[in-house]
Amino acid sequence: MNVPAELKYTSDHEWVKVEGDLATIGITDYAQGELGDVVFVELPEPGTEINKGESFGTIEAVKAVADLFSPASGEITELNEALEDAPETVNQDPYNDGWMVKVKLNDPSELDELMDAAAYEQHIS
Amino acid sequence: MKFTALHKMHEQAGAKMVEFAGYHMPIQYRSIRDEHRRVRETVGVFDVSHMGEIEISGPAALDMVQKITVNDVAALEIGQVHYTAMCYPDGGIVDDLLVYHFADKYLLVVNASNKDKDFQWMLDNKIDGCEIKDLSEDFTQIAVQGKKAEATLQKLTSVKLDKIKFYWFIEGELAGCPMIISRTGYTGEPGFELYFANEFAERVWNKVFEAGAEFDIEPIGLGARDSLRLEKKMCLYGNDIDQTTNPLEAGLGWITKLDKGDFIGRDMLLKVKEEGVPRRLVAFVLDGPGFPRHGYKIFKDGEELGEVTSGTVSPMLEKGIGLGYVKKGFTKIGTTIEIEIRKKMVPATIIKPPFV
Repeated sequence: MNVPAELKYTSDHEWVKVEGDLATIGITDYAQGELGDVVFVELPEPGTEINKGESFGTIEAVKAVADLFSPASGEITELNEALEDAPETVNQDPYNDGWMVKVKLNDPSELDELMDAAAYEQHIS
Repeated sequence: MKFTALHKMHEQAGAKMVEFAGYHMPIQYRSIRDEHRRVRETVGVFDVSHMGEIEISGPAALDMVQKITVNDVAALEIGQVHYTAMCYPDGGIVDDLLVYHFADKYLLVVNASNKDKDFQWMLDNKIDGCEIKDLSEDFTQIAVQGKKAEATLQKLTSVKLDKIKFYWFIEGELAGCPMIISRTGYTGEPGFELYFANEFAERVWNKVFEAGAEFDIEPIGLGARDSLRLEKKMCLYGNDIDQTTNPLEAGLGWITKLDKGDFIGRDMLLKVKEEGVPRRLVAFVLDGPGFPRHGYKIFKDGEELGEVTSGTVSPMLEKGIGLGYVKKGFTKIGTTIEIEIRKKMVPATIIKPPFV
């Protein structure tokens, strides 16, 4: 199972890459494996305010629908438009080309409680 | 939980396993979409040993099978198979199944999830002069499906496979093992279903994969089995048909031979036919993004028309497709409808199946 050391993780299997007050969010390799083939990713438009802990998007896979939960509050600045035509990228490359949204964080310290790679590996084992 | 004789092979192949109808079954090996395309493009192999096999023999076997099923068994020749259904007296469906006509018996192949219920139903309605045996535990069944299925299997048998017509079978040897070789399937592709004793399971499985290697043969899980059958509008019991639906509204009038003589459910089905069905199972394609799922509601201009019974995103069309019951007056090909997907109305069009 691929769990990159430089990322932070939620218990709902999202990964978060933090650069200053900008967070990139996607789902983990474990999550895509559990979901199976992703066929749609529904994401809010840039400019949408999202709140910590709330569902802000959905991932449709063949056998399941999963909600995306926001690890922090902020504003969506960008979404991965390539996923509209190629949702399978989430399965193929969950940590790079399969990223979902970028969020400008209101308070980056909200991410302090996220798991590091070691803790996440424990979480999914 | 029960295991098929091929369980070890699935685990070795790295399958994702789920419980299905009491069996530990592979839902996917690699990717449902890729497995689906493999079957449409060349050939794939399914372990469907969870299916139930019930034998009815004795001098009254024909009368018994006629009594409990809707298709006309008298028209079924030795060596022939047909698709049929069992109904309750109210016309609701007990199960859909295949009937194999052997020289001295019938073999009824039923859904795994219904097998115990079906067997009990047969015992409850048994007539004198026949014997009913549940042989489900004795059989391994694999389905080899796709354009290259025949070329794959022909390497393993002296039986002339091209002589077996669609929905016919023979008893012969393949991979050195005695079996039933049946030109049937649940994918809409050319192919075969093979029934044999559990002791031969791993041998046959391995031989089939060796023979199909040049066609990139792959094991296919239940996930792709579902999307493959749905693209061809084949019904799935528990989704599209069940005890609350009858064969006529499910579009299974073609197997319901009301003039064959009496059978369980006939009186009610005659009445339904006379009065006309109040709803029909239709096939639709989404005209917007979305994944129609079982239980989603179908609307037109704010009026509720029915519910989705099966849906997926077609791996071949890359669009949402589905089946659902729609009330009378709205079932014509080309009718535009809406599917309510998580509070959003997504436009869809009723099409003439199959989808691909």
